[in-house]
Amino acid sequence: MSSHNESIIREPLVTGQNITYAKVTNDILVPVENKPNKAWWIGFTLAVLGALLWLFSVSYTFWFGIGAWGLNKTVGWAWDITDFVWWVGIGHAGTLISAVLLLFRQNWRNSINRSAEAMTIFAVICAATYVVAHMGRPWLAYWIFPLPNQFGSLWVNFNSPLVWDAFAISTYFTVSLVFWYTGLLPDIATVRDRATGLRRRIYSIFSFGWNGSVKTWQRFEIVSLILAGISTPLVLSVHTIVSFDFATSVIPGWHTTIFPPYFVAGAIFSGFAMVQTLLLIMRKVLNFENYITMFHIESMNKIIMTTGSIVGVAYLTELFIAWYSGSEYEMYAFENRIAGPYWWAYWAMMTCNVISPQLFWFKKIRTSIPISWVLSIVVNIGMWFERFVIIVTSLHRDYLPSSWAMFYPTWTDVGIFVGSIGLFFTLFLLFLRVLPGIAIAEVKLLLNGPSYQQKLKLAKEGHQDPEQVAFLQKSLEKFDTVSEEEIKELSK
Amino acid sequence: MSNTKYILGSFEHPDDLMDGIDKLQKANISIYDVYTPMPIHGIEAKLGVPPSRLPIAAFIFGLTGTLSGISLLYYTQYKDWPMIIGGKPAAALPDWVPVTFELTILFCALGMVATYYFRNHLFPGRAPRVMDLRATDDRFVVAIDAKENSNHEEIESLLKDAGAVDVLHNERKYVSYE
Repeated sequence: MSSHNESIIREPLVTGQNITYAKVTNDILVPVENKPNKAWWIGFTLAVLGALLWLFSVSYTFWFGIGAWGLNKTVGWAWDITDFVWWVGIGHAGTLISAVLLLFRQNWRNSINRSAEAMTIFAVICAATYVVAHMGRPWLAYWIFPLPNQFGSLWVNFNSPLVWDAFAISTYFTVSLVFWYTGLLPDIATVRDRATGLRRRIYSIFSFGWNGSVKTWQRFEIVSLILAGISTPLVLSVHTIVSFDFATSVIPGWHTTIFPPYFVAGAIFSGFAMVQTLLLIMRKVLNFENYITMFHIESMNKIIMTTGSIVGVAYLTELFIAWYSGSEYEMYAFENRIAGPYWWAYWAMMTCNVISPQLFWFKKIRTSIPISWVLSIVVNIGMWFERFVIIVTSLHRDYLPSSWAMFYPTWTDVGIFVGSIGLFFTLFLLFLRVLPGIAIAEVKLLLNGPSYQQKLKLAKEGHQDPEQVAFLQKSLEKFDTVSEEEIKELSK
Repeated sequence: MSNTKYILGSFEHPDDLMDGIDKLQKANISIYDVYTPMPIHGIEAKLGVPPSRLPIAAFIFGLTGTLSGISLLYYTQYKDWPMIIGGKPAAALPDWVPVTFELTILFCALGMVATYYFRNHLFPGRAPRVMDLRATDDRFVVAIDAKENSNHEEIESLLKDAGAVDVLHNERKYVSYE
C-alpha cells in the first residue's frame, strides 16, 4: 500500500475536511490561474518602487564610482558587505528546508519548501548584486574567475577567501536554482494540463515535457535525495567561506576560529525569520492556511529559538575569549563594540538576536501569529546589525589610533540596501503569480497520512487509544484552522 | 478489430491504483506505464522497474569535479606561475580544499540533473506526451497497450473492480497534441 497511517498523536500537517487531490490543486493554483487582487497590486507597486530606487542607486554608483559610498581609508568595507552577508544568510533557510529537512524526513517541509527555495534564489540574487556593485568596474567582474588572460600567466590567488567565496556563491546559486527548478517541473506540468491557448504553450515549454510516468518519478526522487545530500554540506560551506572573508584576516574581532559555526547558525536564524515573515502573510492572503499550519509556524519558531540561542552563546564566547586571550587589541575591539561610538548598534544586535528569540520558550508567544511575525522582523533587523557591528566596529578602530575614523552612510548606501529589499519583493511577488507557491505534488503526498481528515478517519474507526486521541485533541487547540467542533469530533 | 490503441484506467486513490495493478498482473495483462500526480512509493517494485543508476552517475560526476578542481589549482598555483604568499609553499593544499569542494558539488549536481533530463527526454520545448490530462492533477492513471492485450472487456472489468472511476479506450496514444 502506498499510504500508511502514522501515529495519531502526531500533529497534522494538512488541516481541513474534504481535502481531495483536486482541491489541493485548485487551492494552490488560485493565485496562478486568476488575476491578481488589489493587495497584490499594492504590494507589487511598492516593491517595484523599491527596485527602482535600487536601480537608480546602483547606476549612480557605477557612473560616479565607489566614492558615492560613505567609505573612507580606514573603513573600506561597510554597508555593502553588511548587506551582502545579510542576504546570503537569509538565503540559507531555503536550502536548509529543502535539503536538510528532506534528509531528516521532516514532512512539514513539503508545504513550505517551494517558497523558501524561491526566497533563497532571490536573496542570493540580491547578495550577488553587491559583489558586482562593490567592484567599481563591474564590467570586469569576470576577473574573479581563473580565466586565461593576456597579462602573462597571472591567475587569481586561490589562497584568498574572496576567491573561494566567488566559487561558493556561484555554486550555491547554480545548485539551488537547479534543485528548485527540477522540483517545479511536476507542478508546472499541472498548470500546463489545466491551461489553454497561449498559457498552455508557455507552461508547456517550461514544463520540459513532464508526464509523471513511473520512471520519471522514480528518478525524480533519486535526484531530489542526492541534491539534498550534496546541498547540505554545500550550504554549510557557503556561510563558512563567507565567515572566512573575515576570520582569515588579522583585524581584532574578526580573527577568530568561532566564526564558521557562528555565521552558519546566524544564517539559519535570519533565514528562518525571513521565511516566517513571508509565509505568515502568504498563508493569509493566498488562503494557504490549511497547508501551512500552526505546526509549521511553531516548528519554525523553535528553529529560530535554537539558532538564536547558538548565536547568543557565540556572542558571549567571543566576549569571554577576548578577555581570556589576554590580547589587548582583541579586548579593546569588544570594549569598543559595547561602549564605543557604535554602542547603539551593538545593543540593538544583542536585544534583537539574544533576548527576543528567548521569548519563544513561551508556547503562547510561539503560537501567536502576530507576535511571531513581529519577532521575525525584529530578528532580521538584529541580524543586519550583527553584520554591521562585526564589520564597521572592528574596522573603524583597529591598531593605529591615528587612523581611527567613523563611518557614515551616504544616501547611495541606504538606497542600495532599501532598494534591494524592493528588488527581492518584486521577484517574490512575481513568483507567486506565475508559479505555484506550494509544491503541489509534495502536499498531495501528505493527504493520506499526516492530515486532519485521515486522523479523523482513524479515530472514527475506533481502534485508537482514547488517551492518545485526547493528546491529539489537546495539541490541536493551538491550530487556528481547526475549529472546536472538529476537535470534539475526534472523540465522538 | 477495434481501433483502440491504449486503455486507460483512472483511479481516485493511490491504494485503488495499486489494487488495480495487482489485479491486472494476476490476469497476466502487461502494463504500459502509470502516470500519477505524485510519486507512489513501492510502485517500481510492483512493476518490476529496476532501481535507478543515477547515483552512480552522480558519483562519477562528483569525482570529475574533484579531479578538475585539483588539476586547476595544481596548474595555476604550482605549475604555471607559483607565487610565494606569506612565505607559504605554492602548493598550499589546505587552501585548495574550498574550491575543490565547491567544484565537486557543482559538477555532481549539474551532471546528475543533466543526465536525468537526458534520460527522461526533459528539455525546454519538448512536446508533452500526456495520455490523460488529469494525471497531473487528481487522477492516478494506468495505461495498457491495447494491441498487446486483446481482451479489452476483461481489462475494463478488472479496472472497474479495483475501483477505477473511469476507463477510456483511446484511439490516439497522446491527447496533448492539438
